[in-house]
Amino acid sequence: MLYINCPHCGMRSQNEFSYGGDASVKRPELNKEVSDQEWDDFVYNRKSLRGKHLELWQHISGCRQWIKVERDTATHEIFRTFKADEEVA
Amino acid sequence: MTQTFRIENVGLVNRDKKLSFKFNGKTYYGYEGDTLASALLANGVHLIGRSFKYHRPRGFFGAGVDEPYAIVQLFRNGETEPNIKATEQELFEGLEAKSVNCWPSVNFDIGAINNFLKIFLPAGFYYKTFMWPKSFWYRIYEPFIRKAAGLGVASTKHDNERYEHKYEYCDLLIAGSGPSGLAGAYAAAKNGAKVILAEDKPRFGGSLLTSDVNIGNQSGKDWADGIVAELKTMPNVVVKNRSQIFGYYDHNMLVMSEKVSDHLPSTKKYHPNKRLWYIRAKEVLISSGSIERPIVFGNNDTPGVMLSSAAKEYLKVYGVLVGRKPVVFTNNDSGYETAIEFKKHGVDPVILDSRKNPESEIIDEAKNLGINIKNSYVVVAAQGYKKVKSADIASISEDKKQLGKIENIQCDCICVSGFWTPTIHLASQSGNKTKFKDEIDAFVPGQSKQNEITLGAANGVFSLEETLKTSFTAGSELSKKITENDNKIAIPNVVEKKSSQHDKFWCVPLPKGKNYKRFLDFQNDVAVSDVEIALREGYRSIEHVKRYTTLGMATDQGKTSNLNGLQLVSEIENKVVPAVGHTTFRPPYTPVSIGAIVGREVGKHSKPTRKSPMHSWHEKNNAVFVDAGVWLRPRYYKRGNENLFEGSKREAKNVRMNVGVCDVTTLGKIDVKGPDAAELLNRVYTNSWLKLPVGKARYGVMLREDGIVMDDGTTTRISENHYHMTTTTAQAANVLSHLEYYLQLVWPELNVNVVSTTEQWAGAAIAGPKSRDLLQKLFPNSDVSNEGLPFMGYMEGDLFGVKARIYRISFSGELAYEVNVESDYGNFMWEKIIEVGEEFNIQPYGTEALSTLRIEMGHVAGSELDGRTIPFDNALEGLVSKKKDFIGKRSLQRSAFIAEDRQRIVGVVPLDKQTSIPEGSHLVKDDKAPLPNPKLGHISASCWSVEYDNPFSLAILKDGKNMIGQKLFAMSPLKNKVIPVEIVSSHYVDPKGERVRS
Ligand SMILES: [Zn+2]
Repeated sequence: MLYINCPHCGMRSQNEFSYGGDASVKRPELNKEVSDQEWDDFVYNRKSLRGKHLELWQHISGCRQWIKVERDTATHEIFRTFKADEEVA
Repeated sequence: MTQTFRIENVGLVNRDKKLSFKFNGKTYYGYEGDTLASALLANGVHLIGRSFKYHRPRGFFGAGVDEPYAIVQLFRNGETEPNIKATEQELFEGLEAKSVNCWPSVNFDIGAINNFLKIFLPAGFYYKTFMWPKSFWYRIYEPFIRKAAGLGVASTKHDNERYEHKYEYCDLLIAGSGPSGLAGAYAAAKNGAKVILAEDKPRFGGSLLTSDVNIGNQSGKDWADGIVAELKTMPNVVVKNRSQIFGYYDHNMLVMSEKVSDHLPSTKKYHPNKRLWYIRAKEVLISSGSIERPIVFGNNDTPGVMLSSAAKEYLKVYGVLVGRKPVVFTNNDSGYETAIEFKKHGVDPVILDSRKNPESEIIDEAKNLGINIKNSYVVVAAQGYKKVKSADIASISEDKKQLGKIENIQCDCICVSGFWTPTIHLASQSGNKTKFKDEIDAFVPGQSKQNEITLGAANGVFSLEETLKTSFTAGSELSKKITENDNKIAIPNVVEKKSSQHDKFWCVPLPKGKNYKRFLDFQNDVAVSDVEIALREGYRSIEHVKRYTTLGMATDQGKTSNLNGLQLVSEIENKVVPAVGHTTFRPPYTPVSIGAIVGREVGKHSKPTRKSPMHSWHEKNNAVFVDAGVWLRPRYYKRGNENLFEGSKREAKNVRMNVGVCDVTTLGKIDVKGPDAAELLNRVYTNSWLKLPVGKARYGVMLREDGIVMDDGTTTRISENHYHMTTTTAQAANVLSHLEYYLQLVWPELNVNVVSTTEQWAGAAIAGPKSRDLLQKLFPNSDVSNEGLPFMGYMEGDLFGVKARIYRISFSGELAYEVNVESDYGNFMWEKIIEVGEEFNIQPYGTEALSTLRIEMGHVAGSELDGRTIPFDNALEGLVSKKKDFIGKRSLQRSAFIAEDRQRIVGVVPLDKQTSIPEGSHLVKDDKAPLPNPKLGHISASCWSVEYDNPFSLAILKDGKNMIGQKLFAMSPLKNKVIPVEIVSSHYVDPKGERVRS
């Protein structure tokens, strides 16, 4: 079970969180013309990469905040975590 | 029967407490502190079962967790448990155990015919033989294999034992209480660190219980007892025996199974049987020691052949002799220690040492005691069927290829030592890439992966002095990092005998003309010849060899067999062992009861049970409940002998004729507040929300980004910046997360707050033509006329002094209202509605009537919004705004979603107006078409229409829009039904929707 540092609450076990997928995906702006390809990339296409991955988790049984977690998908090592509005450098 | 193999005044068992127990129906006696194995051996019982594949007689091979043979079926307090190691099971008064793998009895076993058939079951036998013909599998092969094989029988009864889970955090977790674990724990505890020390055996001390050493002028055991006693007094230390750390998971999470009650005749009141600990440790010290490995020779699975360390443990811990004429077969000094213990207790052993001329203090001691030592000698084969009777021995050449003339010597046990294998399972599970250490012919942990350090014998260090030094230091250093204390501990002086180099020898060659089985894996009956076959057939990867031969795949996970298997593969392949590599160690290290893993979450406790505030009223009024997600809801209120069909029909009819009341508390409710609340709703729902006035409700549908309907419900504008959103019961949690996602991540600029209020409000739906009359009586001071409270209107009212919210919304299709009050007043509200409603012939109605009412009205619910349908499919396209953008809108342009023959909701009526159509039935054109019959759609929901008194169903049907009036067949192979049907409009009752507005 992973041990995730919620930027709002501190270290908490994985069973307090739910997974939210790739954090690098940006939703196209509302009311903007979007090509089929752009939309498919947004809705369906994911890299599913091995290695360092920026992903979303929600602290669902805690503060309910969505957070960003930088994790290695192969080793499960967590490097950093960020608040939803924090810039990832 | 007396314990003829027990010697007086030796061992740690309690001679004052005699215990009786039964094995295979026969009564024996042992002592408190015995294991089942030691008690049986004290009584001279060596035959305990039959092997897995060949049904060869099985005895005891080890004395603990490494035991591959001695697996029994245990009976305790009316329960039975399979797969129990006799070497681990502590004796208690009245214990009963039986052999497994034998039929009809352990002494006469039909399956042993496998052994005498000339054709042994070689590697891959099951793969090769039982594959063809396919039809034989279920009828012949599987029943045969099931009867013949297996390690016991799981109980089919409900398990009355209780199992607990516990979460714990500590600075330092220590796996194993041998010298290394005790030293590490003591040093860390003295520095104030929070320490958990776990020992899988009942007794602490590990190797110190049996080794002949001195620490700080005390015997090793006394030193260990002293340390444990002191640790137990320290508030920062948890000391646990009977507790096996069996898994090392991510982020230093380890799981430990504590056997709380297995050593007792029955579990004490309020105690669990087992407790599973999830431990998050800052640092982990692995001091799991090492396991002696066997040397491979002919018939080395005969009862009476066992590890020399086990023989020593039975003697020193339990005061039990495993034989009176022992042969000790060794390639290192450990065998001598066992022989010395035998000799000290009046038994004359013979030592066969594969080494030519070894010299050490230990060997000198054996010589001084006058023990018969034969150098460059090996056991070629054990003789005897159910018990060792003699040993074929021979001298061996220095290159270990040539055997001398075979001699036969009488003996009753063969104690074998092929040196020591560090127990690296936990380190390996942690992700540590292990490395091969040539000096000890075994793998040891390499670079630490997580915060773990492996010390002592588990790290391939067999000197006590060095183990204590490194472990005290590690305990101090690791704890200093955490507590910043630095209490120096004097390392005690150690007296131990120095040993000499072991012989790199692991397998006795076959003598010419002999065809002995030489076993590598004792539990799965994998012999040298099986591995040879696998390699001859082209298997190369050790992982493949393992699966093909089942080497190391049994419940003992190859604790005694892995390394010898690797040695064999490396020899045949002409590679070094590290190049062959070892198979992956996976948790659990030892078998763990399913009960312990499940914990308390069984039966009713497997999920929370949520009840509405009106639950006790429902109970008192004969409600039959149904699980709705985590909620319990009344399905119908039973009157007399009514069944579900009759009861729900009565309730639904009463709604259509008079008035009914339904508990709708379970609906999800979300408060949406803030100046941008309308904008959020406008983006989340498919329809327009910017112009909804205060005091009005609106029905809305929300989509996922892929265009699929996520949920539906009404949302009411309570005040300027305050909306009350409702969701379906099932989707309440998901919808809240969904809103939070967009507010926090996608549109953080929106000034809106959302919070669940599901539990804050109790809800009652009042539906039927007389509902307005009832409402007026409930709220005499409010104007609830069609003008005062029109369809989709909202007002607050005073319900006999209780503040209530009144929504004019309808799911039943009738004139209807929903009244909400704060949860604490829910029951009050309900009773008032029933009381006042009496004159209007009110009846409560359950979920079944609720479904009937919505189905015949063509209102969609979860069975249509099933995660596969878009608004069009549910005839909801009228709610999809063309002007504004919203979540999922762009997906609705996908070609499949705008196809001409897109699936759509329809009504379905059986032609005979009699036969109910099972939900899930397929709609097909031709009921006689060959399988697979092309499916045009499926029945999503069925009811008995109370309006027309015939069956009616909803279906999602391909090209549904153009199918009205068509005749099809509803086929349900599960129910073996083929029903001719006609497709009709989904709005079966009141298609213009006049009633809700009346
Ligand atoms: Zn949090």
